[in-house]
Amino acid sequence: MRIHCPLCGARDRREFSYKGAALVRPLAAAESEAWHAYVNLRENPAGPLAELWYHEMGCGSWLQVTRDTVNHTVSEVVLARDAALGAGV
Amino acid sequence: MRFSGWRVLKEGLTGNRGWGPQWRDPEPKREYDVVIIGGGGHGLATAYYLAAEHGIINIAVLEKGYLGGGNVGRNTTIVRANYYLPGNSEFYSHSLRLWEGLEQELNYNAMMSQRGMINLFHNDGQRDAIVRRGNAIINQGDDAELLDQDAVRRLVPYLNFDNNRFPIMGGLLQRRAGTARHDAVAWGFARGADMRGVDLIQNCEVTGIDVEGGRVTGVQTARGPIRAKKVALAAAGRSSQVAALAGLTLPIESHVLQAFVTEGIKPLVDHVVTFAEGHLYISQSDKGGLVFGSYLDFYSSYAARGNLPMVEHTMETCLAMVPAISKARLLRSWGGIMDMTPDGSPIIDHSPIAGLYLNCGWCYGGFKATPGSGNAYAHLIATDRPHGAAAKFRLDRFSTGHGLMDEEGTGAQHNLH
Repeated sequence: MRIHCPLCGARDRREFSYKGAALVRPLAAAESEAWHAYVNLRENPAGPLAELWYHEMGCGSWLQVTRDTVNHTVSEVVLARDAALGAGV
Repeated sequence: MRFSGWRVLKEGLTGNRGWGPQWRDPEPKREYDVVIIGGGGHGLATAYYLAAEHGIINIAVLEKGYLGGGNVGRNTTIVRANYYLPGNSEFYSHSLRLWEGLEQELNYNAMMSQRGMINLFHNDGQRDAIVRRGNAIINQGDDAELLDQDAVRRLVPYLNFDNNRFPIMGGLLQRRAGTARHDAVAWGFARGADMRGVDLIQNCEVTGIDVEGGRVTGVQTARGPIRAKKVALAAAGRSSQVAALAGLTLPIESHVLQAFVTEGIKPLVDHVVTFAEGHLYISQSDKGGLVFGSYLDFYSSYAARGNLPMVEHTMETCLAMVPAISKARLLRSWGGIMDMTPDGSPIIDHSPIAGLYLNCGWCYGGFKATPGSGNAYAHLIATDRPHGAAAKFRLDRFSTGHGLMDEEGTGAQHNLH
């Protein structure tokens, strides 16, 4: 599997480490249910999934990668800072 | 049809013409007391114990593909009871005791082989951890023996004892651990359930779960609607999809775990041996193939095959441990879809919907749990109370934080197990 880093180009999967589903982080004051959902609950789709990968052995960027969990086709990669995951819910 | 030595002899002398199908292929009825979704090891075991121990026989097991075609057919067949934390410890102890009586109970040869398992350690810290674990195992009532390097060398002389980077200091031996024939376990439970009247329905995907007023009333399937008083999930790596049919979101990510087998070689590996530097487990099947595996691929996946970096890593680790097999050719590899929970421990519990039960989150440890899981799940479904050995496998431990069972001590978060 290769991931197309927006800064470095297409790189081998071994350069990246995996965080998991890209979820919008709740506000610090959010209800515990929202935090439970963020920390534990997962849609876990068999199909396209937006997830966070860290280009550990490359540019050090956090990326939001949209990947099909059935066949590993990567359809979109953007820098995580542009994905606005810290906006709060 | 009972199996016996006499029967095998008689059939052998008469051309093996007397064997019949081992279970029926019934049409689904319109209504059941219990519908179990998933005809794998856990689902079939649940049906068996519901019928055998609780007298509930109006049961359907609905399987999307064929019986035992999922993870029960895609594992490294290891059976053990060497967990550390309360919750896991008593459960796997219970499961191992069921394994020990399973073949007599089912009248089926599951090729249960208590050949012993040796967990190696390579440094002082690992020795401390393994001594502590061994004591926990003994306190639970199971067996554990600490081996020094000489004792390990006598038992498993083929390991690389000259490895300066990963020196083998000793190991923890559990003599009652071992392997079982994975398919036969599913078949034995299937046959046992069928003999007691359970309908095993294959090629019957569940496409919907009917809920009325907070209570489950039945399922929609590829072979029509089926009403049910109780519906029990046992869908392993596909648990999230099945739960979503009832509007539930589970604390589960599905990951792929690979396993490998070499060509058949002469008897070499007499036990199950695990290598703690790099994590590897290896045993030898009765056909002679070395069966081994290591880590998850470590990203969400429903592809029942693994990625090449993990293949390479596993081969490297295997050869660091047993250089003698470097010429053995790899015959095949496969991947199973693991239902991973944040803390690495399973869930056997009620769901928020009345009459809908959850059995999921087995991570990479589902095979050895098969009889225990079925037994405890059947108890929950029949009595609506948790089985004593599985009382801590609660769903709400993730929302409350109470009772998390993080066996590896890496933190109760996804992707850390």
